[in-house]
Amino acid sequence: MAELSKQSIGSFLARQGILVAFVIFMVGFALANQRFIAIDNISGVIRSSAILGVMALGVTFVVIGGNLDLSVGSMMSFSTIVVLDLHDKLGPALAIPAMFGMTLALGAFIGFLVGYLKLNSLIVTLGMLSAIHGLTLTYSGGQNMDIADKAGTWFSVFGQGRVMGIPVPILIFALLAVVLSLVLSRTPFGRKVYAVGGNGQAATFSGIPRARVVFMTYLISAFCVATAGLLQASRSMGSQNTVGQGMELEVLAAVILGGASLLGGSGTIFKTVIGVLILGFIQNGLLLVGLEFYFQYVVTWVIIILAVWLDIAAKRGRIWSPIA
Amino acid sequence: MNRETLLKQGGIWAFIVVELIFFSVAGEYLSVSDKAFMDFDNMLLLLKQSAPIGIIALGMTIIMINGNIDLSVGATFALAAIVLLDSMTWPFMAAMGDWAIPLAWVFALLTGVILGAINGLIVWKTGVDAFIVTLGSMLGYRGLVFMYNGEQPTSHLNWTLVDFAEAQFLGLHTATWFLLGTAVILWLLMTKTVHGRNAYAIGNNREAAVNAGIRVGPHFLINFMIIGFLAALSAVVFYSESGSVNPNDGMLYELWAITAVVLGGTKLTGGYGSIVSTLGGVIAIQLLRKGLGHIGADTETVNLVIGLILIAVLFLDRQLNRKGKEELKI
Amino acid sequence: MTDQTPALRLEGIVKTFPGVRALDGVSFTVMPGEVHALMGENGAGKSTLMKVLGGIYDPDEGQIFIEEQPTVMTSPMQAKAKGVVFIHQELSLADELSVAENIFLGELPLKSLGRVDWAKLYSQTDAILKTLNVGFNAKTRVGDLSIANQQMVEIARALTVDPRAVIFDEPTASLTDAEKVVLFDVIADLQAKGVGIIYISHRMEEIFKITDRISVLRDGQYRGTLNTSETNEDEVTQLMIGRSLDLSRNASHHELGDIALEVRGLSCGDLFRDVNFNVRRGEVLGFYGLVGAGRTEIAETIFGLRDPSAGQILLNGQEVRISSPIDAISHGISLVPEDRKGQGLVLGMNCRDNMTLPQVDDLTAGPFVSDGAEIAIFDQYRDKLDIRTPGWRQTVGNLSGGNQQKIVIGKWLSMRPEVLIVDEPTRGIDVGSKSEIHNLIRDLAAQGYAVIVISSEMPEVLHVSDRIVAMFSGRVMREFTSEEVTEDSLIQAISGITGDKVA
Repeated sequence: MAELSKQSIGSFLARQGILVAFVIFMVGFALANQRFIAIDNISGVIRSSAILGVMALGVTFVVIGGNLDLSVGSMMSFSTIVVLDLHDKLGPALAIPAMFGMTLALGAFIGFLVGYLKLNSLIVTLGMLSAIHGLTLTYSGGQNMDIADKAGTWFSVFGQGRVMGIPVPILIFALLAVVLSLVLSRTPFGRKVYAVGGNGQAATFSGIPRARVVFMTYLISAFCVATAGLLQASRSMGSQNTVGQGMELEVLAAVILGGASLLGGSGTIFKTVIGVLILGFIQNGLLLVGLEFYFQYVVTWVIIILAVWLDIAAKRGRIWSPIA
Repeated sequence: MNRETLLKQGGIWAFIVVELIFFSVAGEYLSVSDKAFMDFDNMLLLLKQSAPIGIIALGMTIIMINGNIDLSVGATFALAAIVLLDSMTWPFMAAMGDWAIPLAWVFALLTGVILGAINGLIVWKTGVDAFIVTLGSMLGYRGLVFMYNGEQPTSHLNWTLVDFAEAQFLGLHTATWFLLGTAVILWLLMTKTVHGRNAYAIGNNREAAVNAGIRVGPHFLINFMIIGFLAALSAVVFYSESGSVNPNDGMLYELWAITAVVLGGTKLTGGYGSIVSTLGGVIAIQLLRKGLGHIGADTETVNLVIGLILIAVLFLDRQLNRKGKEELKI
Repeated sequence: MTDQTPALRLEGIVKTFPGVRALDGVSFTVMPGEVHALMGENGAGKSTLMKVLGGIYDPDEGQIFIEEQPTVMTSPMQAKAKGVVFIHQELSLADELSVAENIFLGELPLKSLGRVDWAKLYSQTDAILKTLNVGFNAKTRVGDLSIANQQMVEIARALTVDPRAVIFDEPTASLTDAEKVVLFDVIADLQAKGVGIIYISHRMEEIFKITDRISVLRDGQYRGTLNTSETNEDEVTQLMIGRSLDLSRNASHHELGDIALEVRGLSCGDLFRDVNFNVRRGEVLGFYGLVGAGRTEIAETIFGLRDPSAGQILLNGQEVRISSPIDAISHGISLVPEDRKGQGLVLGMNCRDNMTLPQVDDLTAGPFVSDGAEIAIFDQYRDKLDIRTPGWRQTVGNLSGGNQQKIVIGKWLSMRPEVLIVDEPTRGIDVGSKSEIHNLIRDLAAQGYAVIVISSEMPEVLHVSDRIVAMFSGRVMREFTSEEVTEDSLIQAISGITGDKVA
């Protein structure tokens, strides 16, 4: 009996360990500093995590489908720069759909290369990271983009507005999380994403159009990136070309922290949201106890390694690797 | 050697020749300066400028041949740079005069080796994939960089050091010598030593290597220590001259290095690749950078072109390696 | 010969796995300079015995003797050090490295500073290659060699030690006739040097050509040893099949329907050529042949996973074009693949989701997958196929092989196919589940499905099939009805013995 319960605790920790760690972490910081659990603090953390979070939602699809997307950071800066530029040229009502269209086209291109041409996603998206960055710089001529008349536009509503007292970025993040969670967990398409990532061969043998499914995951990722770009542009109303740089790896860190396997086939939107929030609250908690923001990097490092290590240790039934 | 591998190994050098011809010819019509592209000094400068990424890319080659990847090199680079510059200001070091320089180098290189060893040990002992381990330490090591000196740049200009870095020996700059020296040593390591040959075997067919009694873990560890050392060496070479390091320095270096390695034809899955071809990849990228500038294209276009070339190379490689029509369509 | 010390002797080896006695007191002796065939049906215990010999499994009882010295095997490397070397079916070479480096993999000769002593490496390699009389040299990249030559590299590896016994496991599976001659010469050389050879093969022709003695395993038990010169194919076959089959012949008693699937002149590159057959509703058509004979590739071509280079596929008399599994499924063709874990199932998914995967698009309520519709299908086929699982949430990877296979079969039955192709239906499945799956296949035929069963196990093919197609090396050698087929004629047909080949 004791043996059994020990085992089930072990497997529970392996499955929900990240949630447990999150709770312990929150309680610890709350005890250390009352301000940590104040509503406005929590809302502030979620709001500042929203951009990373929205991108992580899309990357979750790509990763569950068995691929990587390292291009989301530079794609986000592309979207931001484009929408800011077009805002003054076309007005916000046209600028936003135009930007979404252009970003989706980039996503479709990547999806074509990885899905239909079956090229290695790590290299393709690495190449696209560089290419899109170049595209952005070429587009902007290396200049920072600013909205000329910041007061005279409703564009700021996405990044700075509130609806019923809730910041709009949080609403958008939440809405997208709910919708994409339903798509992933409840629709036939979501099922296919898991199948393709879990065992691409078996998916093909079951008559699932693998190429099309992979293509769609990149399209979803691009949609999320465009949304993140919109939030970023609207929050800052102006931007440098370097916004988003390096975010691809932070996004991936959040997704992995949430428990998605880089091999594909596992992970959920809910867990990714937890991963994003952990990153956000670690940063916030460390700030509140008086540590600089960069301490979160070190803490994140330790947490990522521990999370993945525990996960595979539970699967192989031993702590240390069998590598001689 | 059959024709296919010849094409693969010669490919990057053929590409360099094409670049040289293209930029020389196009430069005649488009160049903003009246200097020829293939100007000797220009080429020497090119080699010098490719050294920092180049040295890291050479290390990345052996990591990838071994079947791993290292995303933390940029952060290692920055931390080693800080140790290099900061250690020279320590009181006991300052008292040593110019003798502090070699000691500072040792500290910096040791930092790189230790950070590499941490990565290697984690990969070995936990069995977590190197991609994830080094993704984590990329953040973690960057955190250490910031912890060292906050968001302030760390500066220390030592003129002896600057003179050394700017010196030319037999026409080549110090940095170029380091790049070439690293290439020669790693080439010897990978082609002549048991460690190098075993690293190939492990990346090529890990199961076969394990069955043959090769201990995989120590080889992983050694290669991660080497790339840590080289990331630090790259910092030593670069910051001896510049004398100031920002905490964000070295960001995205891992991606540039991987790009150079892949352009050089090293397989992502391990077991195949060469140091010499990576050197070609590094030079090709720097040539592109300079060449586009030479013909008056925005420097911004470089990223676009390199990215697309990387994808094109991948596509060509796939077309060349395609099997017959009867293969299983999965 | 009798007063010699045996090169290798296994004494009373017992190995049990949960529920199965894989080896039941097997004894086996190889004399120096002898080629000793080890024969038996798939699942008879040959590979388990070899794994015990290679130290991969610890025997529960019994003892291994090398030149009469009791020896405990702990790993293939240690076995090699003791002079027992395996030449495997799947080659384990690093194809980017040179021949020499592969032969001395893990044992490269060292000079100072950790350098490889190339001179020594090459001279040692050349010495070994010379004895093998091969047409490549020490510096050749292994990836540039033919399969036959790669096998020579594996054999050369064995010669880096002074071997007492060398085990060949189906060494001719992918060799041409000319390459076989070279291999047999090498084996004869080893033999002349006094090395004991264990030769595992299904191919009678070879066995009778090169071996001195033949030992037969059946159901994990040793069934006897025959002198090759004093026996014949029939006697060996008898020993392998032996017992009156508890798997009785089972031709259909019901009326057969129309031809459901017909294949005319189907070819796919070098994989198979000019294949013709048909299968009727209510009929089970068996495909029997050795691994690599092209059976699986035919199934994959019909299922749209390979592009045929010639030929037609007709469904209900109409020619159809099938260029993907999606096409095949829409035409009512289903394939239960050979590699259950690699191709049949998403192991990390639960039972229900695996079962409904091909039709998940049709099981919707609004935009969402309907839980109810899915569970209904799962429940129906769980009951129908008697799948034992705690519930549909169970991860498929945690089920037994038999239950996993039933999930795959259920997946396709729930699509109500016209033609069901089952490749190796009982591979890696325990005995009890085996007969359940056999009965299931018979039932499906009785219900009017056209079923094609591909198998490497003769009793299985004989048991379930109404007609049997025998294949050898990409060609249909002969078609048998269940009345006319005999074990002997079947074994001869798939061994390439072209006595009465039907063109």
